[in-house]
Amino acid sequence: MTRLLDVQDLAVALPAAGGGTVPVIHHASLHVDEGEIVGIAGESGSGKSMTAQALLGLLPDGAQVRGTARLDGTDLLALRGAQWNTVRGKQVAMVFQDATSALHPMLTIGRQLTEHMRLHLGLDKRAANRRAAELLDRVRIPEPERTLKAYSHQFSGGMRQRVAIAAALACNPRLLIADEPTTALDVTVQAGILELLDELRRDMGLSVLFITHDLGVLAALTSRSYVFYAGRVMEQAPTTDLLLDPRHPYTAALLRARPHADDSWGAAGTRGTHALTTIPGTPATPATAGPGCPFAPRCAFREDRCTDAPPPLLTVAPGRGAACVVQPDLHEVPA
Amino acid sequence: MTTTPPSGGAPARDRWRGVTHAARYISRRIAITLTLLLGVTVMTFLIVQAVPGDAASANLSETALNDPEVVAAYRAKWGLDQPLPVQYWVYLTNVLQGDLGISQQTGRSVLGDLLTYVPATLEIALPSMLLAVVIGTAVGLYAAVHHDRTGDQVVRVGTLVGLSTPSFWLSLVVLYVFFYLLGVSPSGGRLSTWIVPPERVTGMTTVDAALAGRWDVWWDAVQHLALPVLVLTTLTVAVLTRFVRSAMLEVLDADYIRAARAKGLPERTILRRHVLRAGLVPVITVSGLAFASLLSGTVLVEQIFGWPGVGQYAYRAASGLDMPAIMGVSLFVALVYTAVNLGVDLLYGVIDPRIRVS
Repeated sequence: MTRLLDVQDLAVALPAAGGGTVPVIHHASLHVDEGEIVGIAGESGSGKSMTAQALLGLLPDGAQVRGTARLDGTDLLALRGAQWNTVRGKQVAMVFQDATSALHPMLTIGRQLTEHMRLHLGLDKRAANRRAAELLDRVRIPEPERTLKAYSHQFSGGMRQRVAIAAALACNPRLLIADEPTTALDVTVQAGILELLDELRRDMGLSVLFITHDLGVLAALTSRSYVFYAGRVMEQAPTTDLLLDPRHPYTAALLRARPHADDSWGAAGTRGTHALTTIPGTPATPATAGPGCPFAPRCAFREDRCTDAPPPLLTVAPGRGAACVVQPDLHEVPA
Repeated sequence: MTTTPPSGGAPARDRWRGVTHAARYISRRIAITLTLLLGVTVMTFLIVQAVPGDAASANLSETALNDPEVVAAYRAKWGLDQPLPVQYWVYLTNVLQGDLGISQQTGRSVLGDLLTYVPATLEIALPSMLLAVVIGTAVGLYAAVHHDRTGDQVVRVGTLVGLSTPSFWLSLVVLYVFFYLLGVSPSGGRLSTWIVPPERVTGMTTVDAALAGRWDVWWDAVQHLALPVLVLTTLTVAVLTRFVRSAMLEVLDADYIRAARAKGLPERTILRRHVLRAGLVPVITVSGLAFASLLSGTVLVEQIFGWPGVGQYAYRAASGLDMPAIMGVSLFVALVYTAVNLGVDLLYGVIDPRIRVS
């Protein structure tokens, strides 16, 4: 497979209220191949949404960005001002978490589906409308012709997200960044959206960078995943391996903290346990984390060397990486 | 009502449903407006009753007041000896026939007085409002886009100064500068004294002059308008700019604006099509209130520029306890506010589809 997006050493700092900057992402590297759905998982504040915004140049004013993000040889992080207009929407498109607020309440669906088509693809109004109707049909919205004249408040949440996906796909982007697109939806609607994305990948060769905090969604949709914590990549692996055989204590703790009926990833201590396990302590943020591993204060396998320096992403198996210097046997949970 | 996508049926039916929605929305607004106006007549009537002060003693001379027969005759003439509900009923039926009574001061019908004074006020209120909306929207949007940068700071200080400047002080300053120092403006009034006013059609001198084709008169009228319009515009712009700025700031932060950016639309298009449209709703609300307040007369500005508008009429009516005139002006002001509110509500419906259907 050919590499579509290659992000190297992405670092982002946002301006702080009292002057200066606050780091939100530390040296994150990731890549997406053509026709691949890649997941980024993490808690709120782990930097996963900031990664998405950095890739589209949508970070707040005054944000400092370092590193490179090559899409077909173009470094996205080096783009400025109007240079973005040929990339956004056309090369890279985005679907937001809450379609209700991501659709303009006072413009028709048709307008929002066609305005960038006419700009990027040079279509006239009629051709753009025809294509918009086809897209709506593609994302399985009934009566596309009428939908074009409707407004977003006339639709349910799931339908709105389908409309937003149609708008994102309008100009045949190479890469779709989906920032928690199903978080605001109920599970059955969520399943429909995930199925749709997978179908689009198969039929259109779409590449997707899928951001979520839901490990179940990761399992259902993605082939490879990155786990973010406090602005760092903690673990990177094919999704199945990641979920069945985590190599980082944080990933293992996350999996253990999931509600499960009777089965888990197989840890002896958790099988058959119904009480919800929690990770002790509070989530670190990139700003509050010390010089060492950000997860160290909450980690059951912590050693002294963990707090000295940030752990590098070590290759633990072919195509797998874990940012942990201890590399403990995660099946043995110390008391 | 319809919150799910309509299913089945031809587009024609959709359009028909849209029309009935709109008709229902408009008729409900109008019904509410009429009810409000009826309430207003009760209020103006009662408030005037509650005013400490007696119309007879305010309008009759000392010697006349000493004669009980004259006082009784005066009360009988104006219906002041009747019980309250009867007075109200008489008042209401008269109002509905366009009879607002006779002003005790001018001796003319209050309706006639209003028809003289209102166009004068309208003539300075309308251009002030139009200028203020255009300038306020442009400057407010500019400040929002340049949030916390130098441009925004300048606008913020400017509007603060504008907001805290008393209208009479600003009026005096512009008179001093443009009339006394530069000599480019007349000192007040609607026309120079040597000019024969154009034939009265609308009561607005500029319009009447234009209708009569007397462009020299039109130009003279415009020169007289300039200073009061300048003062009113300045004060209104300050209020509007602040509102536009904060409304647009909120919109600029919205997800749908980020979504528009993510589509690769040029910034100019985003501002014009997406931001302006969404930020307009609160702006219309404030513009409506500002316009209503301009229309109800700006006493100090009218006084300083010798402008015979509603404000001056109201001021004289109040100081002379001229009850019919006070009631007439109150009713007019209430009518202006309810009419402007109706207009604002209808505009909401045009701009915001969510209001159109619910």
